Amino acid sequence: MNTFKIGGVHPEPNKLTADRKIETLGLPQQAVFPLSQHIGAPAVPCVQKGDSVRVGTRIAEPGGFMSASIHSSVSGKVAKIDTIVDASGLRKPAIFIDVEGDEWEPSIDRSEKLVLQSTKTREEIIECIKNAGVVGMGGACFPTHVKLCPPKECTIDTLIINAVECEPYLTADHRLMLEHPDEIIIGIKVILKVLGIDRAVIGVEANKPDAIDLLRSKTSMVSGIEVMPLQMKYPQGGEKQLIEAVTGRQVPPPPALPANVGCVVQNVGTVFAIYEAVMKNKPLIERIVTVTGQDVKKPCNLKVRMGTPVSQLLEYAGGMPEDTGKLISGGPMMGRPLLDDTAPVVKGTSGILLIPAKDAARKQERNCIRCAKCVQACPMGLEPYLLATASESSDWECAEENWIMSCIECGCCQSTCPSRRPLLDWVRLAKNRVGGIIRARNAKK
Amino acid sequence: MAQKLYITTSPHIHCGDTIERNMRWVIWALMPALLASFYVFGLGALIVTATSVLSCLFFEWFITKFILKRPSTLGDLSAVITGILLAFNLPSNLPIYMIVIGALVAIGIGKMAFGGLGNNPFNPALVGRVFLLISFPAKMTSWPVPAGFATSYIDAQTGATPLNLIGQIAGGNTAAADQLPGLGDLFLGNIGGCIGEVSALLLLVGFVILLCSKTITWHIPVSILGTVTVLTGIMWLINPVLYVNPLYHLCSGGLMLGAIFMATDYVTSPMTTKGMVWYGIGIGFLTVVIRYFGSYPEGMSFAILIMNAVTPLINNWCKPKRFGEAVK
Repeated sequence: MNTFKIGGVHPEPNKLTADRKIETLGLPQQAVFPLSQHIGAPAVPCVQKGDSVRVGTRIAEPGGFMSASIHSSVSGKVAKIDTIVDASGLRKPAIFIDVEGDEWEPSIDRSEKLVLQSTKTREEIIECIKNAGVVGMGGACFPTHVKLCPPKECTIDTLIINAVECEPYLTADHRLMLEHPDEIIIGIKVILKVLGIDRAVIGVEANKPDAIDLLRSKTSMVSGIEVMPLQMKYPQGGEKQLIEAVTGRQVPPPPALPANVGCVVQNVGTVFAIYEAVMKNKPLIERIVTVTGQDVKKPCNLKVRMGTPVSQLLEYAGGMPEDTGKLISGGPMMGRPLLDDTAPVVKGTSGILLIPAKDAARKQERNCIRCAKCVQACPMGLEPYLLATASESSDWECAEENWIMSCIECGCCQSTCPSRRPLLDWVRLAKNRVGGIIRARNAKK
Repeated sequence: MAQKLYITTSPHIHCGDTIERNMRWVIWALMPALLASFYVFGLGALIVTATSVLSCLFFEWFITKFILKRPSTLGDLSAVITGILLAFNLPSNLPIYMIVIGALVAIGIGKMAFGGLGNNPFNPALVGRVFLLISFPAKMTSWPVPAGFATSYIDAQTGATPLNLIGQIAGGNTAAADQLPGLGDLFLGNIGGCIGEVSALLLLVGFVILLCSKTITWHIPVSILGTVTVLTGIMWLINPVLYVNPLYHLCSGGLMLGAIFMATDYVTSPMTTKGMVWYGIGIGFLTVVIRYFGSYPEGMSFAILIMNAVTPLINNWCKPKRFGEAVK
């Protein structure tokens, strides 16, 4: 079975919710929409305080080419445009909407009926995706319409669908594949049409045999779409690792893109969003969120309107256990800690993970014993111990020479370190500094 | 929401590995060889090993408490390993005061002087051993012969080790070949030598334990043993009368012990797999050179210490294969 070649770790999968059907969470009383839910420029509000909106009404427009629209997921009145602390831990501007009823934009097809064909041209499809505010649903939130327009000089030959879900605990993509396989396959065909190619590979880790079987039976009559089981290893869902696992090609270091090796990668959740945007004219206003954790009473997979506060999801899952020590948006390897449960669900919220207090605190850091386990774990072939030491002593030159900008922040090094060193903290700091130095150097040229 | 939450950046989970876990596995892996030494050398092996471990623990405790004034580091078990490995490199009839001096040098100069575990450039046990070898050359180079659960200690009967004989043969005394023990005795450990180095078989069992517990990777031991096999094999093919079969080299002296337990010391060995292989080749090469052309019969300790010194350079030269490098 295929997998990526360098490094990688095997965290406990802990997929507690793999068998839980997707349930629909009720409407919130107030929905909050941060303006930066994606990589790139923040969106610009196009509503004002007091405006009435419906489900699907655009409330913020893209703030540039690399940006995305934001739509209201509820009907009601704009209460205020203020700030909120989001998963980045920073205070960011956001639109607050008080919910009244559940009135949808009439243009949205709300029926369950599968739409198989579309007469839209390539340009119309991209426009549709852009207007629907679709971004990468795997967590990075890269605007999808940008990703579907690879640089002209690159020849794309393979579309890779990221259905790996290598993060422990998360099952949102797994459930989506089991419950909406037809929509996903139509979505893949739409993307193939946009890219003008005829080969797609769905990469799924071998711990989801039911999804592999189902997708295989659905694609047996479809030419050009292959389901590829992959050996379980974290971080296989990383874009570069997945491309290597599927095609054997390695993306060169930044600023090279997957397109440079002929690949476009889309998360399976994004494919579903593309189907809804193109075939149902439905903007990105809902997503599947896994609410999970060892001590959660009722771990579940929920279909949630964007902007719903995390507290409402936790309530549905049986409340936050007394001993909760950390609240994470996303998975345990790359997720971000939340300050409290008032944070809203945004486009990139793949899961809400509760960690018990006993596991939440970091252990005492000790001397590096030079065991080299971080070097063996790093999937990018870096030396985390060296990069962390360079960062500690502000030796940015050494960090740059040793490829620090290649780091994908997967966390393998730190989760492996027997001395519990905060390797990734130091690497992030140095990446930030070195990135600044490189940008300044390029600006001078 | 009443409870206070921790805010730390990802990753939020850990594989659970600790310094102690790795050290414990090394100790477990050393146990088969320790049992062999009791069988071969009897009481002396017990006295020397116990003295060495206790002295190492004492000196580490003393130095952290009274000189460095830091919390105790005995719990990380690295001093226990230093103690066992130092004892493994000593003859079983060494007087107690020499062992204590060796432990003081190993822990005091070899390790704590540099800031403790993680900072020492040289393998502490080998620093202690080489100090003793240079200070007490006569006592350090007369090895008891196997006596099977003997109760003698200082007065144990000594004799030539296989390595002495191999040296004599290479020096032209081909008659010494008749005294060489059979390969079976060599492999099982029924020969004279330092406490822990005699049984190649049980040291290999330790190697398997270290590999299965993912404490070390195969690169360093295999590259050392491979290099020694190739080099001594070439010499054997050139002149089988003067130079013995490479299997004799593999099973005699401190080669197995050094390759599996001493050269693989985390702190003093290279960080990348490529570096580990070069480091192993260097140790294997130097060992053969010293065994055949040096004035000491055994070259393992010196070879490892020399390559310890080269480790920072190896770390600079041997970088891992970066993702995407090949297609640049």
